[in-house]
Amino acid sequence: MLRELFNSENSVLYHVGKFVMWQKEIYKKPENWSMYYKEIVRQMYDIGIGSLTIVMIISLFIGAVTAVQFSYQLSGGLIPEYYIGYVVRDMTIIELAATITCLVLAGKVGSNMAAEIGGMRQKEHIDAMEVMGVNTSAYIIMPKIIAAIIVIPLLVSLSAIVGIMGGYLASIATGSVTEADYIKGLRSFFVPYNVLMMYVKAFVFAFILTSVSCYQGYFVKGGSIELGEASTRAVVYSDILILVADFIIALVLTS
Amino acid sequence: MIRVEKIHKSFGEQEVLKGIDFTFETGKTNLIIGKSGAGKTVLLKLLVGLMKPTKGKVWYDKLDFVNLSKEELQSLRMDVGMLFQGNALFDSLTVEENIRFPLDMFSKKMSIDEKQERVNTCLAKVELEGVNHKYPSEISGGMQKRVGIARAIVLNPKYLFCDEPNSGLDPKTAITIDELISNITKEFNITTVINTHDMNSVMEIGENICLLHQGKLAWQGSKEAVLDSSNETLTDFIFASPFLKKLRNAAAG
Repeated sequence: MLRELFNSENSVLYHVGKFVMWQKEIYKKPENWSMYYKEIVRQMYDIGIGSLTIVMIISLFIGAVTAVQFSYQLSGGLIPEYYIGYVVRDMTIIELAATITCLVLAGKVGSNMAAEIGGMRQKEHIDAMEVMGVNTSAYIIMPKIIAAIIVIPLLVSLSAIVGIMGGYLASIATGSVTEADYIKGLRSFFVPYNVLMMYVKAFVFAFILTSVSCYQGYFVKGGSIELGEASTRAVVYSDILILVADFIIALVLTS
Repeated sequence: MIRVEKIHKSFGEQEVLKGIDFTFETGKTNLIIGKSGAGKTVLLKLLVGLMKPTKGKVWYDKLDFVNLSKEELQSLRMDVGMLFQGNALFDSLTVEENIRFPLDMFSKKMSIDEKQERVNTCLAKVELEGVNHKYPSEISGGMQKRVGIARAIVLNPKYLFCDEPNSGLDPKTAITIDELISNITKEFNITTVINTHDMNSVMEIGENICLLHQGKLAWQGSKEAVLDSSNETLTDFIFASPFLKKLRNAAAG
């Protein structure tokens, strides 16, 4: 019974075990650092520049919606209006920038990685590299993970800034708060620790979305239908794990 | 020389290879032939280490391939080149970058000029010049095969493996690819193993043939011995085409 639980390909434990064992292969000494370096730079470009527009659009609207919704809840209450700036800032920094950006990136970057690596598996590119003596787990996966944990925190920082700007634009445009009040709110009750929390989330989520998506692509079996399924699983599992990790980080860092 | 001894390979309950003994000789084009599902590709994957046998040994000269340490395996990998059925050329790299890939990865001491010279030599060897900066999608299937061969020989391998090198090619191009592989085998005195079910290849370059049938070695010999053989599995396989059957019957009077 216990053996089946670990050996059956349908078992979650089997995949958890395989994923953990696979990590040992990924972080081995590269055959040639310069080849890995080139690949890291290429991946940084793909993840960073490739996702810039979507991250900015989403962040702008998230900030704007947060400001408008909070302004609606404040109306007629006792809470001062400048609190809108404060709430938008903290909501964005503590939660929305990291979580929403990474959920979006799981859909965009994660599915792309799973499809790319799965395609390489199906077109025998991975076999070709292995016959040459390349550690494919390291050469294909490690640059993606390194690039992601460098670039995604930068995207999250940008998302936070754009989100706060979105809140500002929406507040001013709707007249729910004055420019001076919004800025006053932004400068009130600032806790630098919240920024640390944002970066911890960004690093952890970046690792989750890349490693889970790469795992789905690397071990894909079958044809185009299975590749599509792997790509979908990459997004779904990454999203679920990001939300679980979000909760755990929130518990640990706020306790 | 590569020797397989009592090789077995099973996938769950299904035994695909059932105790094969065969020697792939140096300086010769060794062919693995057989019907689809006979176990040719599995045997080739066992030979290059993409799969491990359930039982049995694979000897690369005096090296026990199955039980090599990681360092020994890495060193042996430098002596192995492989042409894949679908060529396995990296789409995002140009022809030149594809061929240079093994050099970039493993020949750290080589200068850029030396690598360039080596790439050009390999391209000349496969009679493919002037396509250095094209992408695989911009050249024909036959040219892609040549690029695949050039990449396989760029590290001067001692062992060359080709998985169905003629698949998807017209008969004339297929013959050219066969000749190319045969010439490279002779020129560099390497051990070449070709997995094929192309009859032209068997009769043109089959110097040492291994016929697989239902996971077992059904016949072995050279192309000269094929026509004289009375082995039923071999004749069934060789004369499977109605056209060849008619020819044989006509020749027999």
